[in-house]
Amino acid sequence: MKLGIVDKERPVLSEKAQAEIQKVIAYYPEDKKKSAILRVMHIVEEEADGWLSPDTMDMIAEILNITPIEVYEVATFYTMFNLQPVGKYVFEVCTTGPCMLVGSDNIVKYIEDKLNIKEGETTADGMFTIKYAQCLGACGYGPMLQCGKYYHENLTPEKVDELIDACRRGEVKVY
Amino acid sequence: MGRKLLLEHINVPGIETFEVYRKHGGYSSVEKALKSMSPDEVVEEVKKSGLKGRGGAGFPTGLKWSFLAKPDGVPRHLLCNADESEPGTFKDRYLMQYIPHLLIEGMIVSSFALGSNLSYIYIRGEYMFVLDILEKAIAEAYANGFLGKNILGSGFDLDLRVSPGGGAYICGEETALIESLEGKRGNPRIKPPFPAVKGLWGRPTVVNNVESLATVVPIINMGADEYAKIGTEQSKGTKLISACGNLERPGVYEIEMGITVEEFIYGDEWCRGIKGGKQLKALIPGGSSVPIMPAHLITKTAKGDTRLMSYESLSDGGFVSGSMLGSGGFIVFDEDQCIVRNTWNFSRFYAHESCGQCTPCREGTTWMDNVLWRIENGKGDMEDIALLEEINKKIEGHTICPLGDAAAWPVAAAIRHFRDEFEWHVKNPEEAIKRNFGMPKSVVI
Ligand SMILES: Cc1cc2nc3c(=O)[nH]c(=O)nc-3n(C[C@H](O)[C@H](O)[C@H](O)COP(=O)(O)O)c2cc1C
Ligand code: SF4
Ligand code: FES
Repeated sequence: MKLGIVDKERPVLSEKAQAEIQKVIAYYPEDKKKSAILRVMHIVEEEADGWLSPDTMDMIAEILNITPIEVYEVATFYTMFNLQPVGKYVFEVCTTGPCMLVGSDNIVKYIEDKLNIKEGETTADGMFTIKYAQCLGACGYGPMLQCGKYYHENLTPEKVDELIDACRRGEVKVY
Repeated sequence: MGRKLLLEHINVPGIETFEVYRKHGGYSSVEKALKSMSPDEVVEEVKKSGLKGRGGAGFPTGLKWSFLAKPDGVPRHLLCNADESEPGTFKDRYLMQYIPHLLIEGMIVSSFALGSNLSYIYIRGEYMFVLDILEKAIAEAYANGFLGKNILGSGFDLDLRVSPGGGAYICGEETALIESLEGKRGNPRIKPPFPAVKGLWGRPTVVNNVESLATVVPIINMGADEYAKIGTEQSKGTKLISACGNLERPGVYEIEMGITVEEFIYGDEWCRGIKGGKQLKALIPGGSSVPIMPAHLITKTAKGDTRLMSYESLSDGGFVSGSMLGSGGFIVFDEDQCIVRNTWNFSRFYAHESCGQCTPCREGTTWMDNVLWRIENGKGDMEDIALLEEINKKIEGHTICPLGDAAAWPVAAAIRHFRDEFEWHVKNPEEAIKRNFGMPKSVVI
């Protein structure tokens, strides 16, 4: 993953997010604030158009009173965090064995053809990004994809069409 | 109908709420343990039940608990492993999503037994929607006096929190989980020291799987002796199996240990056979890390005994002709599936998930991924098959954590049982690209 290629202003955190951050930091002992880092990163990412820029990570370091490098270290280890801009709807399609057995290859190809993008790319209108995910714990309900917080399971080309249309109409819940 | 100890009330509308859960006998094990048992008595009871860890390794839970160090004045912690990322495994999610209070109840009793006043559920980051469900249930438990200070007037305090990961299979390994919970990269630690002595924040820690902790509830409710009457000699009680792949009815099932594999695959109560009436080709019975079994070893062991859903029967024959119950991730392959493609797919998974600390694992998994991709795509030669076996030996036993072995063993098993299919790919390169060995409709991505 490349750091520092693109940057942007720090997000202004909503009051709800700020309160949430304070709440989750209190879930750990006073001197173990750093433990809250992953939770805080998830909250901030949601407020920052779905990705963490270096400046945004520096902000997280300040919130937790740790050095920026400690945040970069973590951000580059865990696959869920986007360190580059992404589309409004990120489709993380599971491509692992059990999903492959029930046709995830075909679903991936269907989505890529339909949106005219390849793995990791975002559509020109900034609406959709496709990523390949590893097993998401929905193996009995594949093929499946995760979009934001939610799972879309037992996918067929028709269901994918419906999902994409619903996204375009702004009817799909992401967080 | 088999007996259900965990999922008995799963279909009751509203069972995810405190009120309905309580009405159906929920939290009675907390009352029993906190009011009439000492912590050590709870540990003894779990020991006597014969419960083995449901996270994959099958280590006896009671025994693990008895190793917990108890130095004066040092807090201890119970961590629930809800990282569930082993391909084929989705049982913990099912339990947490549909009957969250069962896990909370199990954690209260277990925290009491271990003397943990601050316990965490470490859940994989992708299960954020399940985290919401758990936190709602936890808030209800606080509001009803089952969490917080002086629970049921027993003098026992417990805070229970949920902590998410960020997408890393390795964080299911217990020491990586602890690192992650400390806010760091999920690099497994060298053992010793074991978590029981030095775990979270350097304090004595127990890590248990979701299902293991939930199972403490029926054990305390019915008593260890009654519980141990269910199942087989070495596999007590019930087990959640997450069945997937080419099945008529995939899903999560609670089985009594010891039912036959054949019944589980074909029985009406369970998976109802192979999808579309096709033939069964292979089975991975316990998540992607355990050896694959070819059709002739699935319903019968090499000795000709009926194969059962139990620790001992699934591992009968060792790695030569058996496999393992593992995490209960039951992956079924029909006659049209390509073993080479699947083996490559899982190798890619391990290469992707290796934390990179140990050279044999980091490099070996990447090599296996590349070599298998070559064979699968008609670019391999016979020496590549030997090379895979060679890489395997270089990884096995030479790494900090078991991920290296978990990556190596399935490849070894696939070659052992399906060598002809690997050779077919080498000998028929053009066909291999076009057909993917029996997967005519597959596309190469
Ligand atoms: C690479 C790797 C991944 C693991 N993933 C999980 C997991 O997702 N869930 C789990 O409960 N145990 C997992 N384990 C096993 C844990 O290290 C640990 O043995 C287990 O949580 C103990 O709980 P139990 O005794 O109740 O099974 C994993 C182990 C390894 C080596
Ligand atoms: S075996 Fe692999 S995953 Fe485990 S510590 Fe070593 S490099 Fe990391
Ligand atoms: S393999 Fe796709 S969710 Fe498990």
